[in-house]
Amino acid sequence: MADDREPPPLFNNVEIDQRDDDNEDLFSSAIDVDVGVLDGDGQGPFNGTSEAPKLHLSQLEKECGDQFIEVTVTEPQKLGEGMGAYVAYKVITKTNMPIFRKRSFSVMRRFSDFLGLHDKLVEKYLRMGRIIPPAPEKSVIGMTKIKMSNQAEQGSSAEFVEKRRASLERYLNRTAAHPILGVDPDFREFLETDMELPKATNTSALSGAGVMRLFNKVGETVNKITYKMDESDPEEQQWFEEKTQQIENLDTQLRKLHASVETLVLHRKDLALLTSAFAKSAAMLSNCEEHTSLSRALSQLAEVEEKVEALHNEQANADFSVLCELLKDYIALIGAIKEVFHERVKVYQNWQHSQQMLNKRREQKAKLELSGKPDKGNQASVEVVEWEAKVDRGQEEFDNISKMIKKEMERFEVNRVKDFKAIIIQYLENLMTHQQQLIKYWEAFLPEAKAIA
Amino acid sequence: MMDGPDDSTVILGDENRKPGRSETVDLTDNSLMVDISDALSEKDKVKFTVHTKTTLPEFHKPEFLVVRQHEEFVWLHDRFEEIEEYAGYIIPPAPPRPDFDASREKLQKLGEGEGTMTKEEFNKMKQELEAEYLATFKKTVAMHEVFLCRLANHPVFRNDHNFRVFLEYDQDLCVRGKNKMEVLGGFMKSFTKTTDEFLLSATVKDVNDFFEKEKNFLIDYHTHLKDATAKADRMTKRHKDVADSYIKISTGLVQLSTIDNSDLEKFLTKVAETFEKARKIEGRVASDEDLKLSDTLRYYMRDSFAAKRLLYRRLRCLANYENANRNLEKARAKNKDVHAAELAQQQACEKFEQMSDKGKEELMDFKTRRVAAFRKNLVDLAELELKHAKAQVQLLKNSLAALKEE
Repeated sequence: MADDREPPPLFNNVEIDQRDDDNEDLFSSAIDVDVGVLDGDGQGPFNGTSEAPKLHLSQLEKECGDQFIEVTVTEPQKLGEGMGAYVAYKVITKTNMPIFRKRSFSVMRRFSDFLGLHDKLVEKYLRMGRIIPPAPEKSVIGMTKIKMSNQAEQGSSAEFVEKRRASLERYLNRTAAHPILGVDPDFREFLETDMELPKATNTSALSGAGVMRLFNKVGETVNKITYKMDESDPEEQQWFEEKTQQIENLDTQLRKLHASVETLVLHRKDLALLTSAFAKSAAMLSNCEEHTSLSRALSQLAEVEEKVEALHNEQANADFSVLCELLKDYIALIGAIKEVFHERVKVYQNWQHSQQMLNKRREQKAKLELSGKPDKGNQASVEVVEWEAKVDRGQEEFDNISKMIKKEMERFEVNRVKDFKAIIIQYLENLMTHQQQLIKYWEAFLPEAKAIA
Repeated sequence: MMDGPDDSTVILGDENRKPGRSETVDLTDNSLMVDISDALSEKDKVKFTVHTKTTLPEFHKPEFLVVRQHEEFVWLHDRFEEIEEYAGYIIPPAPPRPDFDASREKLQKLGEGEGTMTKEEFNKMKQELEAEYLATFKKTVAMHEVFLCRLANHPVFRNDHNFRVFLEYDQDLCVRGKNKMEVLGGFMKSFTKTTDEFLLSATVKDVNDFFEKEKNFLIDYHTHLKDATAKADRMTKRHKDVADSYIKISTGLVQLSTIDNSDLEKFLTKVAETFEKARKIEGRVASDEDLKLSDTLRYYMRDSFAAKRLLYRRLRCLANYENANRNLEKARAKNKDVHAAELAQQQACEKFEQMSDKGKEELMDFKTRRVAAFRKNLVDLAELELKHAKAQVQLLKNSLAALKEE
């Protein structure tokens, strides 16, 4: 939703259509926990203390304990040929939510379908203040590898496809976990409809829409930097300013950490290669060694080192897929958060613009009344009333988006804590398993070394 | 009664002084004990304090110290190589030059990057580098010491005049570093030596099967050892890099926890601690692999090279012997200078047979030493790997228990 150029009425229409969401809100109140806090008109200033998230987490678990949805993305297949080649994925959904037609179903989707889904969700929900999980990035290099590769060159293109498959899966699950987005009709269609989806041509980098997106992004960046908001509620303003700063800090730190983990992955992969080279060298040494038991021990050493190499590789992959990708996902999520904060700024600008127009019209009306032109004066009155309504709507929109963002941020924080804890624990358990494997290998080798006579 | 405890402390003191002493030291014969009691690192040079304790009458004092630099060790080695009498022995390989270039480079890079990291991170990395530098330093001391000990324990070498001078003479041996011409000359000499050896091995077929087999074995073995040493070195270096990369991750986690005001703060701090401890263990794995694996391979690579040299000297001796035989025949045919030729032939024959006997002994000894050293170091390596892996598992178990409680 990049266009700000249209006059307010159009947005109002769109908004009215979105009123359905409130109904959906009520429907999915079982999962949408914050109903208690929002309470229609949002009683009282929202404090967002650190107590609140804990409360919500337990409520969340209690109320949606028996609702679950799990999406898997699997079986990547290369279809088509040459420049038109693409990869199709099987998307399998398992759920017990009554809103879906079946409990278990699957469809075939291609990458641009995922991007198209994301675009639709952004169109519908960004203006309301929802944080929309970002879709995996396009990759020209990756796709070219796919298009160019034949059966023989599986290697790096297979790696790329696997990375993409995993990130698509995480994307869908994150979206499905959202109380509102997870039951959105477009999302459901994406998961359920066993038909090819209309090709989302707007997602292509080189399309007309793509170029427009680029332009708008540039313009918006400038906008973001320069615009300072002067809100009526100082507490609110402070909350948003603080949050913006926090998000910036989080972004910086996550990026740094991500870079460090990437370095670890690289070094470990290299270590695996060098260990393998050493293992081969030790094997050759063992072949040429004339003393029998030493020769055997050396060949056992070579075998141990080969196993260690495999371990190093596995560990490096875990470093990457567990830790690295978690960090990357959150960096992208922060991008989505920044987008929604920016959307709020636009809504504010829109409201202020209406206010300015209203003031102009009032001045005009006053002038016309003084100069004694009654018909024009009437026209001006009508316009003043119109703009008054627009100002009211503008304010309402601004209030709503502010409330929604706070709600979404709360949910984001809860999930962030949960995710980080779960994934880091998983990573450490993984690390431990590998060390235990190492113990087994060296324990097997020790008697061989002692047996050298 | 008062002397008793004193005596025992003196004995204990001796045994505890150098835990890293090589296994080649003969503990039963204390008539000549050499060790490096101190070492100083100055800019480019390392100054070793060589400490000798002896009961041999040839020395002027029973205990004394001298300061020697690396070049003087090399000088000593070269003298041994030159002496004809020792041709039948494996000359212990000279210790490698102290090499702090890598450490120095890393330290410099760290200094350049100081602005980009937090104070804690910088201090941690500096500590790591200092530990690395210290480890390299200890290693070079150990290698110089092993060289001297082998000489001191060898029944023939220990009586060598140059060795005595090296140990006793308290002035500089005036062994200046080789200038460019000499270095070049040195290269040329070793090049011609290698081609010599190549030619010899190609043309002079050994009469003795044992030696022929040994020669072929050693050529192969040395090549493979060289390769294995290089690969082991690269592997352990990269392993150290992996350990060091944990530092940045740990720092990043600490910074993340600082800006966090949720549950995650304590959680992330604990994880950062875990990474820090894991790094230390991982770093020790890398340095133990270096010590037990790479260094053993490296040492025997040099020793096998020394053994090869012995074989070539013997082949040269054989060539001389065959020459002497031919000369004798010629002399007999011409009936001129027969007696001189006979004498020469006899000398050459004696020399060759001596060399062969001695050489065989040396080679057998080499094999025994090598097998014993590999056994000890491989066992040590496996035990250390196990120890560290178990420590990691324990660390991670404890961390996970603490983290899951949060």
